[in-house]
Amino acid sequence: MTRVLMCPPDYYDLRYEINAWMHLENKPDLPLAVQQWRQLYEQVRQLAQIELVPPAYECPDMVFTANAGLIVEEKAVLLSRFRHPERQPEEPHFRRWFEEHGYTVHTMPENCPFEGEGDILWAGERYLAGYRKRTEMCAHRLAAEYLGCEVLSLELVDDRWYHLDTALFVLDGRTVVYYPGAFDRYARRVIEQHYDALYVIEEEALRFACNSVVIGRTLLMPDSCPLVRSLLERKGYEVIPIPMSEFIKSGGACKCLVMFLER
Amino acid sequence: MHTELITLDGHIIDSLTLSKVLDMLIASGVDYEIREFRIGKSHDVPSHAEILVIAPDEESLQHALHEVQQHGAVISQKDAALQPAPQDGVFPDGFYSTTNLQTFVRIDGTWIPVERTEMDCGIRVIRTGAGWRAECVPLHWAKQGDLFVVGNAGVRVTPMPRREAESVFHFMGSEVSIEKPKTRIVQAVAHAVRETKLKGQRVLFVGGPAIVHTGAAPYLERIIRSGWIDVLFAGNALATHDIERVLYGTSLGVALETGAPETHGHEHHLRAINTIRAAGGIRQAVEKRILKSGIMHACVVAGVKMVLAGSIRDDGPLPDVITDTVQAQDAMREAIQDVGVALMVATTLHSIATGNLLPASVTTFCIDASADTVIKLTDRGSHQAFGIVTDCAFFMKELATQLCGEE
Repeated sequence: MTRVLMCPPDYYDLRYEINAWMHLENKPDLPLAVQQWRQLYEQVRQLAQIELVPPAYECPDMVFTANAGLIVEEKAVLLSRFRHPERQPEEPHFRRWFEEHGYTVHTMPENCPFEGEGDILWAGERYLAGYRKRTEMCAHRLAAEYLGCEVLSLELVDDRWYHLDTALFVLDGRTVVYYPGAFDRYARRVIEQHYDALYVIEEEALRFACNSVVIGRTLLMPDSCPLVRSLLERKGYEVIPIPMSEFIKSGGACKCLVMFLER
Repeated sequence: MHTELITLDGHIIDSLTLSKVLDMLIASGVDYEIREFRIGKSHDVPSHAEILVIAPDEESLQHALHEVQQHGAVISQKDAALQPAPQDGVFPDGFYSTTNLQTFVRIDGTWIPVERTEMDCGIRVIRTGAGWRAECVPLHWAKQGDLFVVGNAGVRVTPMPRREAESVFHFMGSEVSIEKPKTRIVQAVAHAVRETKLKGQRVLFVGGPAIVHTGAAPYLERIIRSGWIDVLFAGNALATHDIERVLYGTSLGVALETGAPETHGHEHHLRAINTIRAAGGIRQAVEKRILKSGIMHACVVAGVKMVLAGSIRDDGPLPDVITDTVQAQDAMREAIQDVGVALMVATTLHSIATGNLLPASVTTFCIDASADTVIKLTDRGSHQAFGIVTDCAFFMKELATQLCGEE
């Protein structure tokens, strides 16, 4: 069974602005956020084994575990090195959890920002990785060394889609669903040359349709994305819509709240 | 038209009842036809009249009926007459020939909705346990002994509701529009597509090869990859030229980038067909990654239901093309279930074929550079079609922007 890492939203909050979505005057409704997180948790539990990392008060975004790092071997993780000082306090908490659970922890050199599964996704024979907004190119090269396989770099060009997983998800080894407007034309060519591509329209990309969790033939997708939902249902996938409004205020949704603990 | 057959019996001539009822019908704003009239030969023999009341809408019909019922008119309420098909593929003499409007038939005193509304069909009725079902069927579906409705009695047709004055469709009218702001019209089409998807209905796209020749294929591809289209009808040509474009960068040998003919370019479309035939079909070519982009690739990846119907001048054809026209029609019939809106772009043959199959309740847009195509479609009874006379590359580009956002 698939294993994933999540973090309870006990201290989730909006206390700083580090992306285009965060506005201090538009704070999340915390009880509602807890409810939304629990709904996601219950759905993930049907499909995967969930590990929980304890939350920390000084880390309001720790709930977004996809940014903890990337599993590079069965028991080895490449830990994130956050670009913004606001999220750097999360690093020791994630490190501790991985060490306590028997993982070898690799780290990126200084001045090489890397935000884990938020910016690098397994896609069949290789990995797809985003850069320019959070993770930098140097991290792609090092990740490729740890992974021992090809990593294709994709440039993100719109601040609203600042992590790769906000603009793209891998449906299966050969099909990628993405919002073309988030990428430059080289990246789009790379995607289309290597994969069968399906698109998310802008209005649904703005509702974080691309930030979906795919487990087998089931997708956990932020709600209010009817077009891409019907497209995937037509292809035989089960799509479970989950309200994510309170996490979107921080620039995250389903996928950001889940990290895969396997390659 | 809303119609109802009424009967008047009794001393309706001497008492001037017949004259009075006919006057009242005229005063109510409805028309009538006297279908049957028997005059009593003497004072003690009653007369009998059957009058078909014809009203422009249900409301005036009911109003007129209400008025005349008070003067002894009886709504006749006859059951539909049924006759068995004399042999396979043949309707009984005098069969009721359908329109594309929603129809009801009266059997055992009950009005039954006719399923699968389609024009130029017969109405087959089937006993189901205690009740009945009725459906439109084309000639070749008739089996000897099947029961069909004959004559006009016991058949009721519901016309399409009038378009609201403020709707875009009212603004467009149902005529062919040439002198209308084009961007506004594409907005209306995009709106109809959105509404259809929101209702959970399906979107049908019928396309001709000019989409590829004019360079509009990438726009259609974008619309398909975004999930807007559920069903695609086309012929060998659209598919072939799309595949030729992907494999060779040409459409009928003309380079799409430069517009110049290429040396030996005329062979490209046949080579494209040969490649797909060797792969076993379009889907197989996609799976083997021989075909990695284009409209056909997008349809396979997005799970679009495709019906490619052949014609006499086809080269190849591609293995996916259905060359038996009756089989192709049946495949199209099956694919149009739950379709709420149909876009027909730059094709006469396939537009008319599709128009023949669609019920009038399906909002239909016919886009062509030539007004003739659009007029042909409406002349053949697809009155619900909105004609838009414009260049298909402009239309497709604008539609892609409206549906998927700026590129």
